[in-house]
Order: sequence, then C-alpha cells, then structure tokens
Amino acid sequence: MYLSYSIILILIIIGFSYVAAGLLGCRVLLGIIVPYAAGTIFVVGFVYRVILWARSPVPFHIPAVCGQQISLPWIKSDKIESPHTSWGVVSRMVLEVLLFRSLFRNDRVDINKPERLIYGGNRWLWLGAMIFHWSLLVILLRHLRFFIEPAPGCIEVLQSIDGFFQWPLPALYVTNIFIFLALLYLFGRRLFNPQVRHLSLLSDYFALLLIGSIASTGILMRHFYKVDLMQIKRFSLGILSFDPVTPEGIGTIFYVHLFLVSVLFAYFPFSKLMHMGGVLLSPTRNLMNNSRMKRHINPWDYPVKVHTYEEYEDEFRAAMKEVGLPIEKE
Amino acid sequence: MFDKGKIITGIVIFFIILFIPLWYNAVTGKAGYVPELKTGTDEKECVEKTPYMREKHTELLTRWKEAVVRDGERTYRASNGKTYAMSLTKTCMGCHANKEQFCDRCHNYTSVKPYCWDCHNVPKVARK
Amino acid sequence: MAEEKLKKPEEMFDVSLTPEAGDWMEPAVSFRKGTYCYGAPLKHQRYLDLPNQREWQPGDADWKLPPDWKETILEGMERLIKRHRSFRLFLDICVRCGACADKCHFFIGSGDPKNMPVLRAELLRSVYRRYFTPEGRIFGRYAGARDLTEDVLKEWFYYFFQCTECRRCSVYCPYGIDTCEITMMARELLNLVGCNIQWVIEPASNCFRTGNHLGVPPHAFQETLGFALDELKDLTGIAIEAPINRKGAEVLFVAPSADYFASPHWYTFLGYLMLFHEIGLDYTWSTYASEGGNFGLFHSMELAKRLNAKIYAEAKRLKVKWVLGGECGHMWRTLHQYMDTFNGPADFLEEPVSPLTGTRFENARSTKMVHITEFTADLLYHNKLKLDKSRNDQWKITFHDSCNPARAMGLFEEPRYVIRQTCNHFYEMPENTIREKTFCCGSGAGLGADENMEIRLRGGLPRANAVKYVKEKHGVNMLACICAIDKAALPPLLEYWVPGVGVCGVHELLGNALVMKGGQERTTNLRGEPLTPPDEATDVR
Repeated sequence: MYLSYSIILILIIIGFSYVAAGLLGCRVLLGIIVPYAAGTIFVVGFVYRVILWARSPVPFHIPAVCGQQISLPWIKSDKIESPHTSWGVVSRMVLEVLLFRSLFRNDRVDINKPERLIYGGNRWLWLGAMIFHWSLLVILLRHLRFFIEPAPGCIEVLQSIDGFFQWPLPALYVTNIFIFLALLYLFGRRLFNPQVRHLSLLSDYFALLLIGSIASTGILMRHFYKVDLMQIKRFSLGILSFDPVTPEGIGTIFYVHLFLVSVLFAYFPFSKLMHMGGVLLSPTRNLMNNSRMKRHINPWDYPVKVHTYEEYEDEFRAAMKEVGLPIEKE
Repeated sequence: MFDKGKIITGIVIFFIILFIPLWYNAVTGKAGYVPELKTGTDEKECVEKTPYMREKHTELLTRWKEAVVRDGERTYRASNGKTYAMSLTKTCMGCHANKEQFCDRCHNYTSVKPYCWDCHNVPKVARK
Repeated sequence: MAEEKLKKPEEMFDVSLTPEAGDWMEPAVSFRKGTYCYGAPLKHQRYLDLPNQREWQPGDADWKLPPDWKETILEGMERLIKRHRSFRLFLDICVRCGACADKCHFFIGSGDPKNMPVLRAELLRSVYRRYFTPEGRIFGRYAGARDLTEDVLKEWFYYFFQCTECRRCSVYCPYGIDTCEITMMARELLNLVGCNIQWVIEPASNCFRTGNHLGVPPHAFQETLGFALDELKDLTGIAIEAPINRKGAEVLFVAPSADYFASPHWYTFLGYLMLFHEIGLDYTWSTYASEGGNFGLFHSMELAKRLNAKIYAEAKRLKVKWVLGGECGHMWRTLHQYMDTFNGPADFLEEPVSPLTGTRFENARSTKMVHITEFTADLLYHNKLKLDKSRNDQWKITFHDSCNPARAMGLFEEPRYVIRQTCNHFYEMPENTIREKTFCCGSGAGLGADENMEIRLRGGLPRANAVKYVKEKHGVNMLACICAIDKAALPPLLEYWVPGVGVCGVHELLGNALVMKGGQERTTNLRGEPLTPPDEATDVR
C-alpha cells in the first residue's frame, strides 16, 4: 500500500512539473519561486530541527561502548571504540560518518536446523549505503560547476576522474551508474527483504524514489534530452546571487529535475533525511567512555525522596541491637 | 549538558559549506559574468539553427568525426538542404576562427573539456 | 498461577524470522501466558508512592487506567522530550534500514516482528509523530503516525517489557540509536499511568526499605554472612571475619544481594570473602547499602536515583575512602554511567588506590567506585595471590560478557584475565556473540520472573546456542559471568537448551584457585564437589 502511494506521489510531482513547465509555461514559478521557497524551507527547517534537539540536554553519560575500556595501565584500551580522549571521539565520529563503521559490523543470523544459529557477515547494506552516499556527494560536488564561476580546478579534476571512461559523448560518469545501482539495491531490499518490507513506511519508499527520480532526470538530461548548459549556468548563477533571470530556452526536463530537487529540499527537514545532522548528536556515539573519570552534570536534576539511614535504623534498630550490629542511636 | 557551542559551530560550518555557491560567487564577483562569443564572420547562419547547435553540437561533431574517419564520407547535408564539408578546422573554424573567443568561452564557463584538440591542431589563424 | 507447559526445545527452536504480511500499525497484542510478567502488587506501589495505584493484571480486559490517562502520557512525553535529547533525536533520525532487525535476541528467539528493535521503537515513534511533529499531525498514518489508544498502550506494555535494555542493537545502528533509551522512556510513560510489573516494583520497594532487592533485614544479612563464614571455615580451616557497618574502614564493598542469597551466586560470595581475607583488605559490608543492583533503573530515572542514593550516603556515613563493587550487570551500568550524575559529586571520598599494589584506579577518579574484576586483575598482575589453577580443572570454561559491563563499560579484558589466571581451560564463544556483540541472557531489565519463562527461554536462545557451540566443539561445561541476573537466569536457560553446562561467577573460580595462608588441604571446590586429580590438566591457555 505504502509502496503504491509513494509511486503515485512521485508521479504526481513529476506530472505537475511537466505540465506546469512544459505545457503551461509557468517558468517563473518553477524556475524561481519554487526553488527559493524550497531553499528557505530547507534552511529554516534544518536549523529549527537541530535547535529542537539542542534544546534538550543529554542528562546522562550514555555512550555505547564497543571496545576495551581504559582501566589498568597494562590492559590495552581501544582508543576509538571506547574513546577516553576528544581525539578518540572525533575519530569514532569520523569513522561513523565517513565510513559507516557501525553498519560495517553488520552480520546476519540464519537459523540452520536442527538447532544452530549461524552468524554470517552481511556487508551488502554497508556497501550499498557507502556507494549511495559517496556517489551522492561526488555528484553534488560535480554540480558546483553550474553554481560557481569560475569553477575551481579541483571540481574539474573530480569530474574528469568520475568520467574516466571517456565514453560515450558526453562521458558517462561512474557515480551516475553507482548511485543508480545503489538506489536499485536499497529499493530492492525494501521490496524483497521480508523484514525490511514489513517495517518500511511510505516515507522510506518516497525518499528513495525521489532521489532516484532526480538522478534519472539528471542522467536523461545529460545523455538524451540535451539542454543548453550556458543558459542553465546563467540561470543558476542568477538564482544564487539573488538576481534571478527568467530562464529562456531550457528544455522541460530541466524544470522537472529542478522541481524534484526543490521537493527534496523542502521535504528534507520533515523527514528521516535529517539523520544527516542527527548522527553527529547521537549521545551513544559522541561521548567519551570516561563516565567514572569525570562527573557528568544533569541540568534538570532535582532532589528525590530517599529512604535515609536514620529512617532505616529507626525501623530495624531493635533487631540490629539484638544481634550486635553497630547502630548510630541507642 | 547541552553543548550549545559545539552545535552552533556545527551548524555554522555546515551552512558555510552548503552556501559555497553563495559566497564564492560574491567573492569572485563573477556571478553576473556571461561569456560573449565572437564569431568573426559575416555569415548569418551555421550549418544548423542556433538553438540546435547550442544543445547538440557535440553530437553533430561526433557524427561528423565518425562519418569521416570510419565511412570516408565527407559531405554533410544539412536539414535546410545545403551541403557542407565535414571538417572541424575548415568548415567550423572557417567562421568560428578564434578558439579562445568562441569555443573556450562557453566551455570554460560550464567546465566542459572537449577532446577535439587532443588530435586536431588549433588552426594558426585562430592562435594569434 | 497455572503455568502452561513449556514446549520442547526443538519446537521452541522452530522460529521463522520472515514476518508475515500485514500492517504493524494496527495494534494487536494478545497476552498469552508465558510471554508477559504480572502486574505490580498494590502494597509495593504504595510503599514507593507510585502513580495510579491499583491491583491489576496485564491479562485483564480492563486496565483501570485513570480517566485522563491519555493526557498524562502525552504530557509525560513532552516532559521526556525536553529532558532527554536522545528521545527526540532517536525518534527523528531512524531511517528504518533494518540493520538492527536480527540483532535482537527476542526477535531471533521469537520471530515476532515487533521485537525487531526498529519496530519496537516505532511503536513509540508512531505516537510521537502523531502528537509532536507537523508531518504526523497533518498526514497521519501516511507519515507513519498513530493515535494513542488503549490498544497502543497495551502494545507498549507488552513489547517494552519484552526488551532487556541490553543495547546490542545500538552497537549495529549507524546512528547509535539505543533501544534501551527508547524502552526506558516508554517504561517511564507506562509508569505514569501505573503500569509496571511485579518483578521490577517488588525488588525496588524492598530495596528502598531494607537496602536490598530481596528484602533481607539487617539481622538476617548478618546471619547469612555468618553461614558463609562457617562454610568457609569447614572448607579452608580458616576463621574468616567479615565486618558489617564498620566505620572507618578503607573500603565499602557493595554486591548484588543475590550474591548472598541465591545459588550459584553464593560461591562467588564465598570467593569475595576469601579474597578479602587473604589480602587483609580493610573493608566493610553494609546492611543499609546491601544492594548494588538497581531495579529502579528498569522503572524510571527518579526511582533509580532514589535507590542509588544509599551507596554514597552509606560511604559517607561509614567514612570509607572508596567503594568496591561486586559482580553485577545493570548495577554496573548504574554505577558507571549514572551514579555520579545522580548522587555525586563524591567529594567526601578519595581516588581509589589498591592498598596492596598501590595502583591508582584513575579511570574511577570521579565516581570513586572500582569493579571487583579491575581490582582482582590488578592483584593478579602484581602476583599478590597464590593460586592453584588445577582446582578448576574439572571445568572447561567459557565467558559470557554481560550486556552492561560490556556495552556500558567496555569491561572485556579484566574478567578474562582473572579467568586465565585461575583456570587452565578457557574457550571463547564465537566472535559475533561476545564482547560488544554479546547476547543477553534474555532476563535482564526486570524480566527474570517465572511467569514469562517462555519468552525468557526464547530471548536466551542466541546466548544458549553459542554456548552449545563451544560445548560441542571444546566440551565446555561451565559458563563464567559477572552478573547476578545472569547467574539466576542462565542455569534454567542452559538446562533447557544446553543441558550439562553450569554457571559460575568469576570470583568463584578465584575462590577455588586461591591458596590461602594457613589453610588446610582442600578436597572439594566451593560447591563441595570433589577436586579432580591434577594430571588431567592439559590444555593450558
């Protein structure tokens, strides 16, 4: 059900932009108003979402420790998975964010009858996620050539590495293939892995389909429905320097692409995609395992009703006295 | 424990990176730059219409290259019926003589590096 | 309390990890005997001043919820969101990648899809979305949001008391989403309307009153300690002393109360007593703080703090220098990650220093509490103890990392060092089931009751299966651990899944191997079992 709804939703979005830009010619709406609105929603929404998290404290020191603690000097501690220095935490976070360390641990349990559980390595998800996210990053960086003038050499180098096949014309980018395969895999998992299918929500399919549509329209634009890059760069520079020019002579597919990107930006702060910012705030990962070395303060700590020793002794004094246990009051 | 300082720093850094396109262009001052093309000819039309040439000259040149090199075919019949010699340096650069003032302007602007010049020499006229 | 007859292991093992088609968002839960714990008795609810006190059972159709229960829960959620960053963060950022799905021992053992950590959290998350996010308010179930209904509440109760807060899923989550946090929050919420279980509330109430979960009053504590000393006199020929509530001692020793009342904990208890006597430790037991464990942690942060307060209060009253803690799991989660925050700063104590080796326990310099295996490993490393390893030769030992010392502390090598120094035969279980990836016993976080035996056995399946592996491969017949709940939960678990493997504490092994000054020749181990002749010692590791 969620799957079909998300497909319908994507089709509506694509259809709307196609009709609006191609048939009705609402170029100012799709080319200028919508992107600005989406950008604003993204920035405000992103900051707001992070502020919501930041407003709540981390009252307790709860790292999930995945390595030997630092204790006795002759026991080698794991400085990254059980960090006790800031560098350790930074390394742990860098590994987590750039290389998806925790996902790399992933294994899969299989029930082998009779009566044996087998744990096999299962790094496909890790691989798919790595390829997807890194391709996405490279693709974003490549797009800088349309957004900044002059485009710096490093972007051109990245572009030439990415297009090292030099085939066909224009060259096929490796990341375009990668992101497509990775999306197919991630989407396929949601469809065919019974566990993942069971827990998937509309937004899970939707996010993949949305990014997939953006990638598809981009690839179509590069290889099949050519658009005038000069005009596109002029247009995007206009948008980015807050001096928008009415786009002229750009194919409809560009508007579809742009509208999908706008939808993604506007959707971002209200969705699970916020994991991008959230992962850095995760208290099970970004705290040192130094709980007994340094006192962690709970800002909303309040006094609680305790059972004091005096109350305790009052109840048991007679018995304690009888068996000769030391007491405070006779 | 709020770590407000760290979080604000994080957001600021994130937006500095995200807004590269905004401040970079402001710093270079080139946001309004539009490459101007000089053809250096009195011809009124190219082998095909201008919008077509803008979007698809790559494909056209590729077809020319393959026709000449693989099939030995050297004449191009344009959609308006005229015929042209399929030659980059002669036909194209006959009009668009100055590579720096024509090809490079747009290609540099959009960071597209064609491999035409891997094999072809830039004609002398254009080099001055 | 008619117990349903347990299935045979082969039948119980017949689990499918492939969820059937169907929408999890429809709340559906049947309280089948063997899978849930009884409700908390009124007496103990009263003693702890808990909200919405009443006699009730989860199996009842009418839960006697207060009329404004929904508002109470939603207000509670708002409060928790304001107090814990983890709550909103973990509810917001899950991408449902499913990496955690088959990491939960309850899912592996039961195949119930709502035991996949992601779905367990989603039970709470769906309600959070509905009332606290714009997308959930507007788009309802299309944004994965659900109304809070009585059925949803019952589902919460069922599944959040089917999570042992072991944090294994958190290790695998790419964002470190910790189901333990989610479960703690959900339990806090359930508590607000008076839904909690006997096996959590009764020990907590006992502990509040008598200082320990079992409700042992001070004179009975002294008596039981006396039994232990008599037993040790028979075994070693040495008259050991164990001071109680003595002011001015250097060290206050706090152990889980099961150590002095249950078996096989008892032998670990004997091990402590022998060790402290042998090294002449200047220490004391306390009757007021006669419990290190903290069932308040399975209830609410507030109750955890209320129970935990006794340890520092007693350390202050007895004017000790530092505190030493026994073998226990969630006790050490509380001591390591919460105590200093709850009831610190412990500025009336001194940084712990081992009186024998002079080692400063710098890792405990603020909390001033040291884990007994850290303390003992240090003694052994400095050759302060004389040992006869062969006294443990009848056992081939494996070590079960208890969830909390593993994933809260990173206490991996210290107990292993003690085992290697005191035993000749030590074998590790498969890599995916030990250290930070260790599997829970299935009975933690207050779920060690009798009435939910089926789900305990299911939850313990992955652990038991790993034990079975080393039993078949190496002939392992003894599992060592450093957790009182393990020691209570694993014997029936192993008896069911892997008959023939016993359970012991690490300090029982030490007690067996410890050669005491002036002691007589030992003919039996601490359990009274005859020692095997030493020539069988072959595999030295």
